[in-house]
Amino acid sequence: MNSLLRGKVWCLDDQVDTDQLIAGKYLTIIDPNELRKHVMEDLLPEFSKKAQPGDIIVAGENFGCGSSREHAPAALAAIGLGAVVANSFARIFYRNCINLGLAAIEVPDIRSHFRAGDIAEIHLSEGYVKNVTQGKEARFPPLPTHILEILDAGGLVNKVRKELGTA
Amino acid sequence: MSGQTLAQKILERASGHAGPRPGEIVVGKVDLAMGHEQGAQAIAPFLQMGAPRVWDPDRVVIAIDHWVPASTEGAAKLHQMLRHFSAEYHLPHFYDVGNHGICHQMLAENGWVVPGDLAVGTDSHTNMLGAMGAFAVGIGPTEFAAVLATGKIWLKVPSSIKINLKGTLGKGVYAKDIVLKVLSQVKTDGARYKALEYHGSTAEGLSMSERFTLSNMTTEMGAKAGMFLPDATTNEYLRSIAKHESHPLLPDADATYEKEYSFDMNGMEPQVACPHSPDNVRPISEVVKEHVKVDQVFLGSCTNARMDDLREAAGIFRGHKVAPGVRFIVSPASTQIYNQCLKEGLIELFTQGGAVFTNSSCSACFGGNMGIIAPDEVCASTSNRNFPGRMGSTKGKIYLMSPAAVALTAIRGEISDPREVL
Ligand code: SF4
Repeated sequence: MNSLLRGKVWCLDDQVDTDQLIAGKYLTIIDPNELRKHVMEDLLPEFSKKAQPGDIIVAGENFGCGSSREHAPAALAAIGLGAVVANSFARIFYRNCINLGLAAIEVPDIRSHFRAGDIAEIHLSEGYVKNVTQGKEARFPPLPTHILEILDAGGLVNKVRKELGTA
Repeated sequence: MSGQTLAQKILERASGHAGPRPGEIVVGKVDLAMGHEQGAQAIAPFLQMGAPRVWDPDRVVIAIDHWVPASTEGAAKLHQMLRHFSAEYHLPHFYDVGNHGICHQMLAENGWVVPGDLAVGTDSHTNMLGAMGAFAVGIGPTEFAAVLATGKIWLKVPSSIKINLKGTLGKGVYAKDIVLKVLSQVKTDGARYKALEYHGSTAEGLSMSERFTLSNMTTEMGAKAGMFLPDATTNEYLRSIAKHESHPLLPDADATYEKEYSFDMNGMEPQVACPHSPDNVRPISEVVKEHVKVDQVFLGSCTNARMDDLREAAGIFRGHKVAPGVRFIVSPASTQIYNQCLKEGLIELFTQGGAVFTNSSCSACFGGNMGIIAPDEVCASTSNRNFPGRMGSTKGKIYLMSPAAVALTAIRGEISDPREVL
């Protein structure tokens, strides 16, 4: 993965839970490409149709809270999002994002720096998020090597393949 | 260098990395991995990883519990996938229908997690096993697949919170009331990414079942792990059932805690978590004054459906009937507990009073199997979550309390204080 990401921003507020990301009735769907059609169906209906690979979600507090279902980040990863940046994340959701190869970055108060449609630039190993549109910048501790390796590999599956020599 | 917390000690042992500091990433060897229905989602990534075998079949437990026996075709397929996978990869420790129970309870009562272990499970309440003096943490299916393939997991070393509990519980006040009180202060995000340690004379005096209740609900505080210090009570519980050797570890006396809270149990009254958050906690006397009528009462879940919980509730329910218009659902946490209830006559005691005594499963706890509530219905429950929609309709209301409190509530049809009859 390129450490430098750039994309159009979608904004979400505080406490967006995994139920809002993908409703409970879709939990028996396993195919991520099917799941992505239903992502945020009630919360942000145009998202599943209009979101482009490389787009970036900027969310508020405790993003991905609620039930620890992996369907939610799997649906986001299937869209090919560049990253999700949030004031804070729910723990298992954060891990699931990383393990699926989706960069998750915690930056306190980042939500207030962005409006929907702004362009964001993120550098994972240098540790900054820029709002290119509004000319603002925030910093975060650069992601540790272990996490960058998982993201680089495109997720934990590929990372393990490399380790096991099955790649 | 200051001393280490229990989380640091266990992660040091699991990773072989001396003196891990909070925020550092370590890769730890897993002592026990548990998968429930969500484990079925790990099969595809496991196959993609291309591992020729599961790292150690004797360290893997599969325990289906959410829909047991399968109540939807989707659930039936998940069970089928797990059965085929377990047969193909020679996983002998599969708790299937007939020898089933809530996954965390199955780990506990069969001695799968012992002091010093690093345990992982595909369920967010895996924290419950922290009561063993272990670092027990909930993980997603892709990382469960990686654990099956490699026996290892990456973890960020958490900072820790120390909870000091002192004083004696009064009549009608239980482990559930302690943890609700703790939640009222720590709140649902206060322990996020952190490990929580229970200390103090009250903690030391708790039985294993009570410790499970307290560790279980550290998940509601956002905690990564919720631990007790292993002691004689832990050893006694595990004496004849431990599946592998333990490595008891204790925090250093000069360990650094990010935060400390102290609670005095003397004079504390029973607590109730009111809709719609487990930290919206009030003393029961305030709630009782509002005459909250209930439609359903649930005595079950991994939080509070062990023998002591069911006996305590039965003691209050004995000789009474469920209030007219109320449904009382009792679901023991495991088949072993079910059988013990049968022996002690508790099943009859509940059903003759008009309760329904179900087979052991997650049951009404998560709103996906049975005991689902309709819009505007009110449920009093011994489970751990009361977010909107948790037990069915998002327009329903859930109150969380102790087994004794729900038993009296079932009899009276409105939220009631067990101290009145004890
Ligand atoms: S009983 Fe409830 S909280 Fe416990 S594992 Fe089952 S669904 Fe989760």
